[in-house]
Amino acid sequence: MRKLWAKILGLGSLVALFLPGIALAAGGGGAAPMVIVSDTRKLGGLLAMWANLYNESHLYFTIVTIIIIPLIGVIFGLLADLVMKHIGIDLEHRDLAEH
Amino acid sequence: MDWLYVLMPISGVTIFWPGLIILGIGVGIIGGFFGMGGAWMVTPGLNILGFPMAFAIGTDIAHMAGKSLISTMRHGKFGNVDYKLGFIMVIGTIVGFEAGAQMIMWLERIGQVNMVVRWLYIILLILIAWMVFADVAKRRKKEREAAAAGEELDKLATGLEWHKTFHKIKIPPMVHLNVAGVYCSAWLPIGVSFITGWLAGILGIGGGLIRMPSLIYIVGCPTHVAVGTDLFEVMISGLYGAATYTYKGRVELVAAIIMLCGAAVGAQVGAVATKYIKGYGIRIAFGCAVIGCMLSVLLKLIPMYIPEIKPVCDVLATVVVLGVVSALSIYITVKMFQGAANEVRQKKAAMGR
Repeated sequence: MRKLWAKILGLGSLVALFLPGIALAAGGGGAAPMVIVSDTRKLGGLLAMWANLYNESHLYFTIVTIIIIPLIGVIFGLLADLVMKHIGIDLEHRDLAEH
Repeated sequence: MDWLYVLMPISGVTIFWPGLIILGIGVGIIGGFFGMGGAWMVTPGLNILGFPMAFAIGTDIAHMAGKSLISTMRHGKFGNVDYKLGFIMVIGTIVGFEAGAQMIMWLERIGQVNMVVRWLYIILLILIAWMVFADVAKRRKKEREAAAAGEELDKLATGLEWHKTFHKIKIPPMVHLNVAGVYCSAWLPIGVSFITGWLAGILGIGGGLIRMPSLIYIVGCPTHVAVGTDLFEVMISGLYGAATYTYKGRVELVAAIIMLCGAAVGAQVGAVATKYIKGYGIRIAFGCAVIGCMLSVLLKLIPMYIPEIKPVCDVLATVVVLGVVSALSIYITVKMFQGAANEVRQKKAAMGR
């Protein structure tokens, strides 16, 4: 068993070691540029507020994003639950079968 | 027709918003059904709609987190999510993803990585497609042998049984994964999640396309549990990815929310369809999705060697991605509605008796 783990770790290390070499051999290129300040001149209402938040602090912007996404997910999920129960689809049971 | 377009506040591009909803529905159906984020479909889709590539990846990951949460809630209700397995795998997924992401940023700084990443992706996809179809062929062979012997094959029987070899690894701590029905060393799911997370970080994808078959063939989960648990993983890695990409200024939340409106509907359809399609049906359809993905990546790779045919290859890649997404979405939706109609009919008949 130790031999198997040694082989797996060895192979993983080899891939990690050689991949950058192969990439370097390919040559050229660079990372995409980042938007540091959002242009708010053409925006109004919520969109302008959102862009201003981004310009003021990337950290606050990130925190708000991470709260909003799951919140919307939960709201949509609960709404769909109501609709499916109303239709009559059983959401509690399913037969486990591979066939 | 200006009302059909919305100006994105961060990237400054104007986007056709109904396109975002349609893309969300398609990818929601496929993601909810196969247990993957679907970055290979969304990123080129967003790019076609006009997003710069950097924003396409970030926005896709942000919408993926919300969509996976919706699908996980649904799969959780069906008992398809092994939360214990999911939490064990989170450690490896996040560490692996970060290691992969750091490696790719370093590679970006030192040279052109596109070609290497795409070839690595293609090799992986060939391996996954081969695994899926070899498994299906082997199970069919077992079925034929059982039929010839006048017996019926066990409903839970599988074709490839590599997981049995991996379960022989008895390095403590050992864990009982009750929902998946697996008893193994905790290092097995941690190792699988680290390697799949690392590959996901390198390839710039959520990882569901690699993790779902790994859960089946290496950890030994039944297909439905692999789908549900993988979505739980996609949700967590998606949230983590969304946080890092947002902080780097590469997420367009407005687009992600518009896509979520469509994905919310699609994810429900996809997740509920797993109730009516058996495990091997999901595996075969997954194999077809992998082949579609492989073709699209291959079509992006060919122009690196023959630049003259780039326009043709780009159009073909778009046609392949849209064709696969449409065909699979239609198949899953039809199966879901047929199954749901059948269930409602049976319930009504039972109440009438």
